[in-house]
This record gives sequence, structure tokens and C-alpha cells, in this order.
Amino acid sequence: MAWNMFRTDDRLELTASLTTFRGGNGDEIHGYAVRPAADGPLPGVVVIHHMPGFDEFNQEFAERLGRHGYNVLAPDLYCRYGHGTPDDVAAKVRSEGGVPDESVIADAKAARDWLVALPTSNGKVGIIGTCSGGRHSVLVASSVDGFDAVADLWGGGVVMAPDQLTPARPVAPIDLTERLHAPLLGIFGNDDRSPTAEQVDLHEAELRRLGKDYTFHRYDGAGHGFFYYHTPMYRQEQAMDAWEKVFDFFATNLAAAS
Amino acid sequence: MCTMIAVSAELKGVGKGTGGWFPLTRATVGYDHATHGPDEHALLLDFVNYEIGPEARVALELDLASGRTLLRQLEEAIAAAEASGV
Repeated sequence: MAWNMFRTDDRLELTASLTTFRGGNGDEIHGYAVRPAADGPLPGVVVIHHMPGFDEFNQEFAERLGRHGYNVLAPDLYCRYGHGTPDDVAAKVRSEGGVPDESVIADAKAARDWLVALPTSNGKVGIIGTCSGGRHSVLVASSVDGFDAVADLWGGGVVMAPDQLTPARPVAPIDLTERLHAPLLGIFGNDDRSPTAEQVDLHEAELRRLGKDYTFHRYDGAGHGFFYYHTPMYRQEQAMDAWEKVFDFFATNLAAAS
Repeated sequence: MCTMIAVSAELKGVGKGTGGWFPLTRATVGYDHATHGPDEHALLLDFVNYEIGPEARVALELDLASGRTLLRQLEEAIAAAEASGV
């Protein structure tokens, strides 16, 4: 369903709360869970937060998907670093070289399993993230099975030079493309510096070479983070159009098998 | 973009945060997404004590020109301090 196209007498009821679930390595971690008050069956979406952390934008992003009929779990990928305001926790993660890819993959897979186990699940789960979360979404869906759709919103670092690889980020997600089996939606601003238009070209060429199911939308007049209405990066026209692309993509790929 | 640029080092001093003064153990200087300032990216200076917790932090977000100015100020002040013999 498109944005703002609900009926005024629709039952718009959600529950949204911090929940605890068993993440990677069996650790108890937090996630922000948003669930429509519907009998189901409903598709699920794992929301991967961006580098600034488990923040209010991330929660509102999850709520928007919930409002459009998805069970959503947004894992706190920084949960193991302690708690405070999002920027304080993100600063600690930054000082330690960033959250390791291995940890993100395990937590995202656990979030997927949590969603599938819900009594209202239709068995289908997608994954979406912005910024580093876009990269992580591609990485996760290329590393583990169980995701039915993946949406990468301007994920920088899908294409990485060898000198950008670190112990926390040892593999460039583009090098795992052969293992990506879920349809991929890419949303990019043509003025972005990471990913650059050239890097998006490289990613697209690799997807095409391997015969993957992908759709990229590339927006003029937009750079990085153009959904971020709390920053000067926000681009209203491009963001609203891209949100419709996200809704259409998940509606197509996460519907229950008939 | 997430630059992942961050340089961290141990440090000795005290800082004043939201809960008052606390001992500092580490400083991290990064250049990445600004979380509060108007620019997409900023120099991110964090003076912290993670033995206390993530909120034991004094944070600055500066543009690059301001960072260079601060660097010169530090060098001048340190040179003057050392020259003073105090």
C-alpha cells in the first residue's frame, strides 16, 4: 500500500516496544519490535540501523514499515557495547573500529528467525538498511539463507578496495554476490560519494554478470542519506518516490505463497 | 557515507560531561557522519572513560578548518608551555 493511502476507518493499531531476543552467539540483545494488530499472516522485515546507531530515526523507520503491514524487528547491533544516548554508544563503537560484520550477520539471522516464529508470520522475511545498514543488508543476505528480499539504501562499502578491508570488515559484499539468492532492491543518490555512481555501476555489473534478480533506482538531485528528514541531506521528492519503490518491492516479494 | 575513519589513543586528564567532572582515559578523533551538526560529515572528537560507561563522554563536532585551527592552537600552547619551564 502506498504512503497515506489507508482508509480513514482502517484499523490502524500497532504495538512497538523494545524487546529482548537471543541474538548471535546466543547473547540476549535488544531489538525494536513493531507489530501490526492484525491476525495475519504477515510478512516480516529486519531493519538494520545505520552507523549512527540504534536511534530515533531507526525506530521511526521501523514504525513506518509496521504501519504498512509488516512485522518488524530492528536489532540493536550495538547492544553489547553498553547503553546511553545513541550518539554516545555509536562513539564507543566507532572508537573500537566499528561493529564486526560477523556479529551483524549473526544478529540479523537471529532477528529473521524471531520474526518467522511469530504466530502471525507468513514465513517470508525481508531485510532493509540505510547507509552502513544497506551494506550490512547485502552482506547478510549474501551470507546466510532465509531472506526473501533485500533492500540496500545507499550502502557504502559494498564495493571495497583491498586497503579498506579490516578485521571487522574482512570481505567486500560484492565478492559474495554469487551467494545472493534473494531479489535485491537498490536505492541510490547520484551525488553520493559512498557509494559513488561508479561503485553502483560496478555492483550492478556484477549482479548482471551472475544473473541476479535486482532493481536499482538512482536519483538525480540526491546524495547520501536522502531519507533523513532530520538532516540537510533530506530530499523530499526523491525520498517519497523511493519509499514507494520499497513498499512495492516488499509487497511483491514478501507476499505469502499462494 | 560511512568513512569509518577513527583514530583512538589513551589519554590522561579530566573532562566535564552532563554528570560533572570525570577522569578521562581515551580520546578518539574521527571523521564521519555528524550526529548533531549541520554538515554531512564532521571531525568527531570524543573524550571518554568507558570504564564508567558510554555516557562518560565529552563530544565535539567540528568542520575541518576548525580542526586545523584547534591543532595550531594546541601546538602553540604546548610549545609555549614547554618553553616557559613551568
